[in-house]
Amino acid sequence: MNTILYGITGLLLAVSLYKDRKKTHKALKKAWKAFENILPEFLVVIVFVGVMLALVNPETISGLIGPESGAGGVVLSGLIGAVTLIPGFVAFPTASMLLESGAGYMQIGAFVSSLMMVGVVTIPVEVKYFGKKVTVARNGLALVFSFVVAVIIGAVMQ
Amino acid sequence: MKNAFMRYRFVGLALLALGGLYLFNHEMGLRAIDVTLFSFEEMILVIPPVFILLGLLDVWIPKETMTRFMGDKSGVRGIVLSFVVGAAAAGPLYGAFPVAAVFMKKGVKFSNILIFIGAWSTMKIPMFIFELTALGPVFAITRMLINIPGILIIAHIISRRLSPDEVNRIYEAAPF
Repeated sequence: MNTILYGITGLLLAVSLYKDRKKTHKALKKAWKAFENILPEFLVVIVFVGVMLALVNPETISGLIGPESGAGGVVLSGLIGAVTLIPGFVAFPTASMLLESGAGYMQIGAFVSSLMMVGVVTIPVEVKYFGKKVTVARNGLALVFSFVVAVIIGAVMQ
Repeated sequence: MKNAFMRYRFVGLALLALGGLYLFNHEMGLRAIDVTLFSFEEMILVIPPVFILLGLLDVWIPKETMTRFMGDKSGVRGIVLSFVVGAAAAGPLYGAFPVAAVFMKKGVKFSNILIFIGAWSTMKIPMFIFELTALGPVFAITRMLINIPGILIIAHIISRRLSPDEVNRIYEAAPF
């Protein structure tokens, strides 16, 4: 994946350099400025995620959203998904582990959906680009939507 | 330009929390440091090329082109394109926001930007494949199918609630 990304970037950069040195210089300057501008927020998110994942591990989560947790468990799964930020290749094995340890499909639907769509931790980054109003609305609506997903997944997987 | 200390003060606070956790519980602290280093590596690997690509896109692709494909009058084609671009992406959600900023500069319709963010967050193809293998085809495909109307509805609600003025302000403040 990264190789492809670097390959494409390198290729386009080379073409750009060949065609117009000045424009390429401008592009790189802009890229650096934009990156440096958001770097503090990125770093906060990254450290925060580290602390959070150390505190909340799959065992803790499965204790909270077991099979008998019901509607409360669905809401809780959605909220846990909202406040955690786990890379996908950790998230899905975690989700299937939670299923094996007894969580219901509804809970997992809420967890996976809000995990991916709602990002409480990344709010400082999002606000910088979209402002408070849109950020709050998007995350709020996405959380509500995750519960809709939970209900539908629950019905389909029965 | 605020000075570096002010800009990075929250990074300092987060690092203090990390140190505090380590003092409180060595094992947990080490795990937190481990994850932090891992995510840092992910960021350092993925984010710079993304920004370089955005820089190139910014100087080479004329606004008119982007506006025609994804702007106010792009219609269904613009919507489909927003879904496709978002789903084809890789990387964490916070990588999508700088892309959105360039889209704003290039006159992409706001609801299409929201669709792009929605698709990036939850419909990325590599993630879909992970989901397929971890949770099974019925689960993954059902979720994929509900996501399409869900993302459209969310984008619609948010863009309806904003005045043109508010959208303009967001576009002008877009940090790219």
